[in-house]
Amino acid sequence: MFKVMVHVTLKESVLDPQGSAVKKSLHTMQYEEVQDVRIGKYMELDIQADSEQAARARVTEMCEKLLSNPVIEDYEIQIQECPQQVTGG
Amino acid sequence: MKFAVLVFPGSNCDVDMYHAIKDGLQMDVDYVWHHQTDLSAYDGILLPGGFSYGDYLRSGAIARFAPVMGEVQKAAKEGKLILGVCNGFQVLLEAGLLPGAMRRNDSLKFRCFHTPLEVVNNQTAFTTQYDQGEIISIPIAHGDGNYYCDPATLQDLEKNNQIVFKYQENPNGSVADIAGVINKQGNVLGMMPHPERAVETLLGSADGKRLFTSILANWRERHVTNV
Repeated sequence: MFKVMVHVTLKESVLDPQGSAVKKSLHTMQYEEVQDVRIGKYMELDIQADSEQAARARVTEMCEKLLSNPVIEDYEIQIQECPQQVTGG
Repeated sequence: MKFAVLVFPGSNCDVDMYHAIKDGLQMDVDYVWHHQTDLSAYDGILLPGGFSYGDYLRSGAIARFAPVMGEVQKAAKEGKLILGVCNGFQVLLEAGLLPGAMRRNDSLKFRCFHTPLEVVNNQTAFTTQYDQGEIISIPIAHGDGNYYCDPATLQDLEKNNQIVFKYQENPNGSVADIAGVINKQGNVLGMMPHPERAVETLLGSADGKRLFTSILANWRERHVTNV
């Protein structure tokens, strides 16, 4: 069992209206040191796979097809092995 | 000419679209549920606005994998006329039938009002009954209507005359004021404003009606005059 953490963010070249609004608000609150804010999505997937490599390959495919839109978004995948969960009982 | 209005869970402008065809255009129209896999009976395919699958993940991202979309891809290749409005446009973008993607409006607000649009290309099967450069009034209603494409794609769109409508007063931050684009073959149009909500003066504008009468006139020219 693997826990896969996927971060989807807008590409650097794509203006992030939500991030800009939050940055402006932080500046208003006197956090002027904030240079940039990007808002993205975080997803956690529990995946059954034979190896970390296999899990990564599958999730990469999911990111390309559904989890991100490659026209405007980038994604980052982190994987962590989890002990097999006992179900039922 | 027979039309299909595709209905996804969360479509909410399907009834307006149906009304525009049935009562505005006086043509045959059916609602077609998202898990149907045969669109061969239809000459025109309409993807209405709304919030397909609740806009979860991204607008249009989940609808793009609905069973009916395989048939839409096939119909697009066959040259059938396909119109996506608002969420329908977002679905066509996610499906790769049109270039680009939608971002949240730059104001971060859901914007809903009549807005002036320029007809940038009146040589498409959807716009021949407008004048080139004509300013029409069509309502918008969207939160994710900020059209984006990279500079190379924009150049391509301009070169091939694929930009069909532009905003006069850009309400969402769209690249180059783009409100609607067509594919290279000229049979798939996507637009954020709602022409189906502007088919009679009672609704505040009848400027949307000519989009539908253009579709009909061009289809008839191709299919009826030779009979």
